[in-house]
Amino acid sequence: MKYVDEYRDEASAKALLAAIARDARRPWTLMEICGGQTHTLLRSGVDRMLPDTITLVHGPGCPVCVTPLEQIDRALAIARRPGVVFTSFGDMLRVPGSTTDLLAIKSEGGDVRIVYSPLDAVKLAQKHPDRQVVFFAVGFETTAPPNAMAAWQARQLGLDNFSLLVSHVLVPPAMEAILGSPHNRVQGFLAAGHVCAVMGYWEYEPLAEKHRIPITVTGFEPIDLLHGILLTVRALESGRHGVENQYSRAVTRDGNLPAQELVRRVFEPCDRKWRGIGAIPGSGLRLREEFAAFDAERRFEVGDLTAEESPLCIAGEILQGLKKPHLCPAFGTQCTPERPLGAPMVSAEGACSAYFRYARAS
Amino acid sequence: MCLGVPGRVLEVIPNALGVPQGRVDFGGIVKEVCFAYTPDARVGEYVVVHVGFAISKIDEREAVRVFDYLRETGELAELAEAAPAPRPLAADGDPRR
Repeated sequence: MKYVDEYRDEASAKALLAAIARDARRPWTLMEICGGQTHTLLRSGVDRMLPDTITLVHGPGCPVCVTPLEQIDRALAIARRPGVVFTSFGDMLRVPGSTTDLLAIKSEGGDVRIVYSPLDAVKLAQKHPDRQVVFFAVGFETTAPPNAMAAWQARQLGLDNFSLLVSHVLVPPAMEAILGSPHNRVQGFLAAGHVCAVMGYWEYEPLAEKHRIPITVTGFEPIDLLHGILLTVRALESGRHGVENQYSRAVTRDGNLPAQELVRRVFEPCDRKWRGIGAIPGSGLRLREEFAAFDAERRFEVGDLTAEESPLCIAGEILQGLKKPHLCPAFGTQCTPERPLGAPMVSAEGACSAYFRYARAS
Repeated sequence: MCLGVPGRVLEVIPNALGVPQGRVDFGGIVKEVCFAYTPDARVGEYVVVHVGFAISKIDEREAVRVFDYLRETGELAELAEAAPAPRPLAADGDPRR
């Protein structure tokens, strides 16, 4: 398939690997932000083909993983209510809350449904005017424009039975938190290509300047990742910092302006707690007051809920790139994709699930 | 969740609210897609689709940049003799999913 197959070509991968091995004269630690990129790296085996000079640590770019426990518990409380149709992307269904998960609520008779797009949830609300349809609006900047469109269309359609349980997060404040940590070991970033397709990459320029590090906007196929690693290594070796754009076929500096405009009209920035990491100032989005009627937290009055994490799970250290998943004592024993303690073992973008699926236990 | 899949635009038509909606072909699988954020996408062009939304058009000229680089530097030629017949690497996210 065009724009897919050529970016998985083995000969091109070998050529890029040779270039990386030649150019990386010193050891470097890079972080790929997005969990989708982590999975590509492990599934393709690129992580094992890289020279010893390159260490990849895995970033917090897994929306399912960083959605706070309280918000999962709110989702569970709402999904249990009679008359509610609770809709979500499939990844959220097995994420453990304090006591249960959405899949268990579904099996107990709750009306929990997986949707492909938030607009499918809007359609469900139109089709079932006697039911309250709630959509679990999690995700990074990539998913904010689709979710903003769902809120906007619901308002245009005058729907009073549709709402969003919002847990949106933003990448640049998380990168700032990682770089500002005294334990930080990241020397260069592979920025998430699809977040940048929406937001552009101008936001990363002050970060690169302040911390004097290279940031390379990178795509999701193996060739993209190898090319992104090569560009970052070359910048590090020559002492350059700044932002480079590997994923130029889909990303411009300004990003997608119509998408940013609707996100601004529907959402506003807020402080947000990240599961396993803690509160990061200005790192989230919430619905603006004009869209308060579509806020599920207000509609179902679940705002005050608090919750405690499993003491065994080290998801926070993994999401900050401080530890690798297989170094967790619970990895593959008390914690597996079938019986997860933490969200990174569940999600298709979680680092723990990638290590488990692609057998990186040693 | 930030999975974005490239596909070819088959059709774009405004819906009842005036929002452009249409269909995209992902290597044989066709899905309904919202074009509100790529209003200039035309039939036959390629877009990156995320949760039912086209978030970006694919720039054909930029798409070959990495391969141009490999050809120009001779990186591919250097390896051509040693390499067996190329086969694709497994990547995450089957685009036809």
